[in-house]
Amino acid sequence: MTRLTNTVNVIVPVGALGTGVRASNLEEGLALGADAIACDAGSTDSGPAYLATAQSKYSRDAVKADLRLLMLAQAKARIPLLIGSCGTSGADAALDWTRDIAIEIAREEGLSPRIALLYSEQRPADMAAAAAAGAITPLAPMTTVDPAMFAACDHIVALMGPEPYVAAIEAGADIVLGGRTTDTAVLAAIPLMKGADVGSAWHAAKIAECGGLCTRNPREGGVLIRIGTEAFEIEPLDAANVCDPYSASSHMLYENSDPFHLVEPGGILDVTEARYRAVDDRVVQVRGSRFDPRPYTMKLEGAAGGPFQTIMLVGIQDPKVLGEIDRFLAQMQEMMTARIYAVLGKAIGDFNISLRAYGWNAVSGTTVAPPATPPREVGLLFVATARTQDLATLIAKTCNPLFFHMPLDREMELPSYGFPFSPAEIGRGRVFEFKLNHVIRVDDPMALVRTVMIESAEFADAQG
Amino acid sequence: MPRVNEICRYIRSKNAGPFWITVDLFFKDRSSFDLYARSEALSAGRLAGIFGVPEDSVKWFAVPDLNVVKFSYPRTAPQGGMIERDMHGGQQFARLLEIVA
Repeated sequence: MTRLTNTVNVIVPVGALGTGVRASNLEEGLALGADAIACDAGSTDSGPAYLATAQSKYSRDAVKADLRLLMLAQAKARIPLLIGSCGTSGADAALDWTRDIAIEIAREEGLSPRIALLYSEQRPADMAAAAAAGAITPLAPMTTVDPAMFAACDHIVALMGPEPYVAAIEAGADIVLGGRTTDTAVLAAIPLMKGADVGSAWHAAKIAECGGLCTRNPREGGVLIRIGTEAFEIEPLDAANVCDPYSASSHMLYENSDPFHLVEPGGILDVTEARYRAVDDRVVQVRGSRFDPRPYTMKLEGAAGGPFQTIMLVGIQDPKVLGEIDRFLAQMQEMMTARIYAVLGKAIGDFNISLRAYGWNAVSGTTVAPPATPPREVGLLFVATARTQDLATLIAKTCNPLFFHMPLDREMELPSYGFPFSPAEIGRGRVFEFKLNHVIRVDDPMALVRTVMIESAEFADAQG
Repeated sequence: MPRVNEICRYIRSKNAGPFWITVDLFFKDRSSFDLYARSEALSAGRLAGIFGVPEDSVKWFAVPDLNVVKFSYPRTAPQGGMIERDMHGGQQFARLLEIVA
């Protein structure tokens, strides 16, 4: 098969910054002729806490180690480095956290890149006003837009497209650190800027968004995407790894509710007609990808801290209890609720007690059909939820004697189930919740984005 | 009739964003796909019943090039709320293994 020529090549070293960039991958990618290095540093996938708190999921040291390798490669090859969704959530504070790491590395390594920061966090009041003006619509399964829902969020981010990255590079940035961005946009930005085929750029970015996950050995490093004028290619950076039509095309299924269409800020990627072919035993070529332009929309993500939880755990081996575990659990739930009201009265307000039997039905939460029986041991998790940590802990302590000693039948001797910890109760903090699943229409892709350029001379100030 | 875990080589589930779960059934080969992909046991209506969601909320796709049936359904509660049993949706596939296709 004929290889593509005059391609725009992007090194995608890793699926998420902080999970382990390989220096050898970068050398291989640069040797193959790269026009940019791009990757993602965030996602909603790890849960709402990271957006609600603007804290990174990955450790500072792990992110710094990866970013150091990328910044050194950028300085050596003098090609743009683009990183999207910085600090997991891409909230402003998470981007600033990443900026400070980048500045620290630049100082330590004697580098002086021009760094662009793209902020896309939104003020609740602005979003409520946009909602009142009819610019915000819900995505299924949500059906409503209530302006009050924005004020209920601790952080709201709008997912950027490629345009702010392109603008930053055209303005002279060497490194672009972005707030929340679609996984694909950060990888597609340079190919789109350089005039590569639009459908191929978006499709290649989707396949490569998780780095090596589109290869046969996802643990063996990242990939290089080459985008041409009517097709694209994917090649693993590690010479021993393989990308084939099956591994590449099946990535369209991953974490995507529709295997053929992907909605992006300015249109929809349509891969219904895309055809994947092996170039050789490790490189795949794809043609037929389409991008249908649509009015520009940005997805909104919002999250907030809710009530608090206190947990307890026991291990149960008693075969009599395990033999009638459903009756045991129902009885415990009933007795705990009665005990809470008897001791604390109605003043306790709204609370929830959730008993989850690991080894039985904790993960599904559904009734287990006979003839299934529990295993030799069951771990029983108690979760109390209330509006403050103190109340949740009060509920747990009130339930402790039942959780520890409740017999299967009243006339039995008092059993003692196996606590692993003392104290038995663990205040685990807040419940965090996603609040938004909406899109906002904008006339200009830059309308909700604030770009800040920092020069090496400003590093001392920026860190302050 | 065979069970789903006999005609598929791999079945996985995962969040598709905080509000959806998506499930991929990779059939062993083309003949298994052709025989069972459109069976009533794997229809959108039946799957909706298993996961307790309205039938019209289920997105159902056949992907013949990969011998895959893919379907997506809305979570009954968004990821990470008060009673979260499977933060990433990665264990939900297990309910399908014993279905007779």
